[in-house]
Amino acid sequence: METVLWNLLDLALAGLLLGLGWAAVASPDLKRGVILFIAFGLLLAITWARLRAPDLALAEAAIGAGISGALLLLALRDDPSSEAGDGIATGPVAWMTALLTLMLAGLFGWALLTALANPGPERLAGQVAAHLADSGVTNPVTAVLLNFRAYDTLLELAVLLAALLGIFALGPARPGFKEGGPVLDGLIRWLVPLLVVTGGYLLWVGAHAPGGAFQAGALLAAAAILLRLGGREGGGFPGPVLQRWVLAGGVGVFLLVGLAVTVVGLDFLEYPRAWSGVIILLIESFATLAIAATLALAYIGGRPSGWDASSTGRTTERQEQS
Amino acid sequence: MTESDPLVLLLSFVLLMTLVLGLVRALRGPTLEDRMLSVQLLGTGGVAVLLLLADVMAARALIDVALALALLAAVAAAALTRREVDRG
Amino acid sequence: MAEWVTFAFLIAGVGFFAAGSIGLLRLPDLHSRLHALTKADNLGLGLLVVGLALLDGGLVTGIKLFLIWLLVMAASAASSYLIAQQAMRRGSR
Repeated sequence: METVLWNLLDLALAGLLLGLGWAAVASPDLKRGVILFIAFGLLLAITWARLRAPDLALAEAAIGAGISGALLLLALRDDPSSEAGDGIATGPVAWMTALLTLMLAGLFGWALLTALANPGPERLAGQVAAHLADSGVTNPVTAVLLNFRAYDTLLELAVLLAALLGIFALGPARPGFKEGGPVLDGLIRWLVPLLVVTGGYLLWVGAHAPGGAFQAGALLAAAAILLRLGGREGGGFPGPVLQRWVLAGGVGVFLLVGLAVTVVGLDFLEYPRAWSGVIILLIESFATLAIAATLALAYIGGRPSGWDASSTGRTTERQEQS
Repeated sequence: MTESDPLVLLLSFVLLMTLVLGLVRALRGPTLEDRMLSVQLLGTGGVAVLLLLADVMAARALIDVALALALLAAVAAAALTRREVDRG
Repeated sequence: MAEWVTFAFLIAGVGFFAAGSIGLLRLPDLHSRLHALTKADNLGLGLLVVGLALLDGGLVTGIKLFLIWLLVMAASAASSYLIAQQAMRRGSR
């Protein structure tokens, strides 16, 4: 009886994900597509939870449903017609796109079937469990992200930073938001502190329970976004100089630690065993702040005031509102 | 937490189906605000499903996930409804 | 004996969620749907929380669940106000 129910649940989740994904992308009305995409993110978070991956569920709920949702809803405002019709391909382009998609689907299907048929001599989870004691933390996800595959995480942080710089290159920031009424202010008053505290909790607890830098950073970014939505122009940010330090700090501290251990004779990013836990927490703290700043500044949609290249006092229309 | 009854598992499934029902509003609802209601439903319902799953799967961490989801639910509604200042 | 009470709470909780969804689908306009959704869902969540707390029996978890319920209620209150305000602004009543 129980296995039947589990199978039903799993089938329902899988079917829903496929259906929602398709509906979100294929929807000619952009507003509908965005809402369906947010719904997709929320369902994906539930699916991760079902697959016993709470770290992923946390990250998906925070980033996929929360922050991406806010970003897309903001982008909707710029498009007066909200019609997706113009972008649909026709003629030979459509045929080639369909062919490419079929090939990709075939490739993924083949890879999946091969993996299922021949699981290999040893599962990665077994290897991680075997070396977990040496990693400095007891949460296997954190151990993989910040220790065994720390190099990958370093590169991820660098990619985030590069993406933000790309957004900055697009132009000045969007205008801010109007002052919120009493209800929104009241919401901000208790929600923002809660978000910050929970972010800090997730950062701390990431060493031995689901949590970690990305999840904590996403919650902090949500707090900053909420402040900005309430009409506070500076939205929880420090001044421009400190912003640059915070943004650079994520990748910077990671690199510094990696290089520092080479001085003692170890490989790049090979932490000394006794110090692993402390080092991981240090790197994660700076990474959390950097991720939070990156996501929140990405929401602003452009260079905030203070980042402009020239400081000659040349005024433009957009600078008037700062 | 102990591995619990099939009843809680059944309730999780039923609740998930209820959320799917609410998604119809996202597909149909004439205005953006109507569709936003589906997101609201998924937020509250998602918290409920996560709490039920936390019990069935004996996974206490899912309660933390439910907490994070509850915190973020309001951000989407705020993002939808806030008005920007007029551009210069 | 206590088991039946727990199950009753859990079933009632899911029942209220179902009622909320049905209201979302069947009621004629945005404001009534909002009303049904917020009230029914939050009550359903509260009943579920009671049922789960009884099921699990731990004090700390029970408090955590209760706080999550309070959080969801406060956030829903603010969200539904914002959505309704937006709808009125757009004149879609």
